[in-house]
Amino acid sequence: MYIIVVGGGEVGHCLCKQLLDEGHEVLVIEKDAKKCEHIEEELGDICLHGDASEITILNKAGITRAEMVIAVTGEDEDNLAACQIAKQKFNVPRVIARISTPRNEKIFAKLGVECTVDAVDIISEHIKAETMLFPLTRLFSIRDRGLEVVLVRVGRNSPAVGKPIGELSLPLGSVISLVIRQGEESEIPTADVVLKEGSQLICLVPTENIDSFQAIFKES
Amino acid sequence: MGCGRVGAELAHLLDAEGHKVTVIDVESDRFDELPPDFSGMAFLGDATDEEILRKAGMEQADAFVAVTRDDERNAMAAQIAKQIFNVPRVLCRIYDPLREDFYSGLGLEAISPTRVFVRLLKERLGE
Repeated sequence: MYIIVVGGGEVGHCLCKQLLDEGHEVLVIEKDAKKCEHIEEELGDICLHGDASEITILNKAGITRAEMVIAVTGEDEDNLAACQIAKQKFNVPRVIARISTPRNEKIFAKLGVECTVDAVDIISEHIKAETMLFPLTRLFSIRDRGLEVVLVRVGRNSPAVGKPIGELSLPLGSVISLVIRQGEESEIPTADVVLKEGSQLICLVPTENIDSFQAIFKES
Repeated sequence: MGCGRVGAELAHLLDAEGHKVTVIDVESDRFDELPPDFSGMAFLGDATDEEILRKAGMEQADAFVAVTRDDERNAMAAQIAKQIFNVPRVLCRIYDPLREDFYSGLGLEAISPTRVFVRLLKERLGE
């Protein structure tokens, strides 16, 4: 697949390497000549020096045959411009934008760029999971289904402790897929499995029900 | 948005005409461009940030003008003004003429100074 990556910083660089390893045809568009040089030294002749929201540069990049544009510069406005132009002017089937300001997810969606990846949010969620101080961490979103894969810790005295899973009033559409207990084997639970304090659960929860789901396992 | 020469001059003129004007810029030094008798507000912050725009009073704005040096920033702020805050009149500067066409196609009132100046030069040459 021909993929154009906008931004040859650390994220862009790393992404290109992996896309190339998968056998895709990749072109990076990068404003900074030094970064271009660095990428070409390591990954070969795959860099176009220029501004990816300039239509002449996009034409030079052969955007009409690109199947995907991924914009990963550190500037949200540049990523928005590149994705909007790719999608709306050149009909690129798939555009993905990195965002650095979490509020911009909704703005991008409203402006036609539905698929965004929020680096700040992802990093803080991962750190939250490592601290084990939070009742719920979002691991992964299945955006087009409105679902989140989350890691939940069963808190002390939470409403779920000592109850079989079948008796919990989980919000509609949510599923506990795996129970992880310290020092024991993890199991795919049946309705009669009783939850203990400190167990970790991998669950599938509709995005709009995250708060009510969390409440069931929260320490009280 | 953008308190460079164009932004400051426009703010000054509108202020002198009695409009209520707020100028937003990310650098406080830029506000030095405003004349001493400017009676509007100078707001320090990033105008591509929805919350900053809200704090700057965007919900009450009748018009929004984006004239930073950066086409992408102008385009993003203008679209937020139009689509999120429903500001009745939104203008933005887009240097690149090809991008001016693109953003006009999205319903923005985009003006390319490059194109305007070229037209002016051509007219002068024809005189």
